[in-house]
Amino acid sequence: MKLNFEHLQSAHCENGVTRSLLKNIGINQITEPLAFGIGSGLFYVYIPLLKINNGPVIAFRPMPGLIFKRTCNALEIPVVRQKFSSKQKAEAFLNDCLNGGHPVGCQVGVYYLTYFPKEYRFHFNAHNLIVYGKEDDNYLISDPVMEKTTSLSTYELERVRFAKGTLSPKGQIYYPQTGALITENQIKKAIVSGIKKNVREMLNIPFPFVGVKGIRYTGNKIKQWRDKLGLKQAGLYLAQLVRMQEEIGTGGGGFRYIYAAFLQEAYTYHPIDELLEISKMFTESGDLWRTAAVQAAGIYKGRLGSQEDFNTMGNYLIEIADIEYKAFTALKNIKWQ
Amino acid sequence: MKKEDVPQDLSSLGKITKEVCYATDKSGKYVTELSKGWDIKITALDTHWEEIETRVSIARQKVLNNEASPLLFFMEKSLMDAEILAGYAGLWKWQVKRHLKPEIFKKLSDKKLQRYAEVFNVTIDDLKNINVHEA
Repeated sequence: MKLNFEHLQSAHCENGVTRSLLKNIGINQITEPLAFGIGSGLFYVYIPLLKINNGPVIAFRPMPGLIFKRTCNALEIPVVRQKFSSKQKAEAFLNDCLNGGHPVGCQVGVYYLTYFPKEYRFHFNAHNLIVYGKEDDNYLISDPVMEKTTSLSTYELERVRFAKGTLSPKGQIYYPQTGALITENQIKKAIVSGIKKNVREMLNIPFPFVGVKGIRYTGNKIKQWRDKLGLKQAGLYLAQLVRMQEEIGTGGGGFRYIYAAFLQEAYTYHPIDELLEISKMFTESGDLWRTAAVQAAGIYKGRLGSQEDFNTMGNYLIEIADIEYKAFTALKNIKWQ
Repeated sequence: MKKEDVPQDLSSLGKITKEVCYATDKSGKYVTELSKGWDIKITALDTHWEEIETRVSIARQKVLNNEASPLLFFMEKSLMDAEILAGYAGLWKWQVKRHLKPEIFKKLSDKKLQRYAEVFNVTIDDLKNINVHEA
């Protein structure tokens, strides 16, 4: 059985799943940038002391599932969401959804995701895809980061839905209920609440390693990495930073561009000139994230390596923090009509 | 980033699918553009895999020196840590940590060994003798 479903490619998996699932129930207005902005998708945290893949834990995104949840909440669309302890029940529930005509979002781990190239398969459990049908033993998959649709056998899908380790998906499945209609006013309100929430998360969480403060904190840490860790290890840490920052499904620079695109779209709903100005600030920040990645690559490729090079690297992040502090403060001060 | 600056360095992902990027057009408006990959990301990934290979060869040597059980080798090879392995094997993390010691691993029942063997997709004999079948 194959549900009537249009595959759309997107820059970030959860935005894409959100947009496609909403489109499927007849809500066409929510583009990828709108889903990202209404879902308050920008985040930053550097978790000191903890390690993942033997490197620092740096996240550029909120917890998996939040973008979808917040976007639907803000638009007052009821959501069905479930996690499972039993693989059989998880599969039965999935089949029921499909039989009931609902394409569904699934949280999955990437390590056993057979259609990804091996080089990209890590124990990363916050990927999202859509299941929109089943033919023989194969589930039909719309993975938003892929150009085309693909498929997974029953066993393969079960394995990625029940991946183990940090943030294990536990078969998590979700979809928006049909029948909701969205007015322009609701979108306008959702944009404002999404921005306000993102401002709070980037400016007001009182830990030194979260939000804009966290970016500055990381910048200062990086300057010490060469002495503390040695050149080799420091290079590996920077490579990890770049992978977290720019790789599929995550994104530091890329996320800033999506947010900048969101603010441009927000302007069409709220014609406030500041939005366009602030959008440019996020473009500037995105460009600087990419410049920082080039500098990091110089170090992990061994072309650069002096303390001066690490200072430059750290200073890029501090400069980014300054720009984003200004941008979020400006967003905070907008007088919404 | 301007649309024409979206990098097009072919990555191993790029051979399978291009990635969507947001970038600005001539008028400064955001549009989407497909990217085949970016050299900076490719080398970050390569650096990571070189590190993994180093870790695997160190683990192999430790097993041969009887400083660690074969589990360490397979764990590193599968990019796992004790917690992830415990999850897949259906054991506790502290159990996995114990089983990383060669003297304790040697006393494990076939039933326990079978659990690990299934996770790594090898036979019990392969598990004991660190034989790998490249898929």
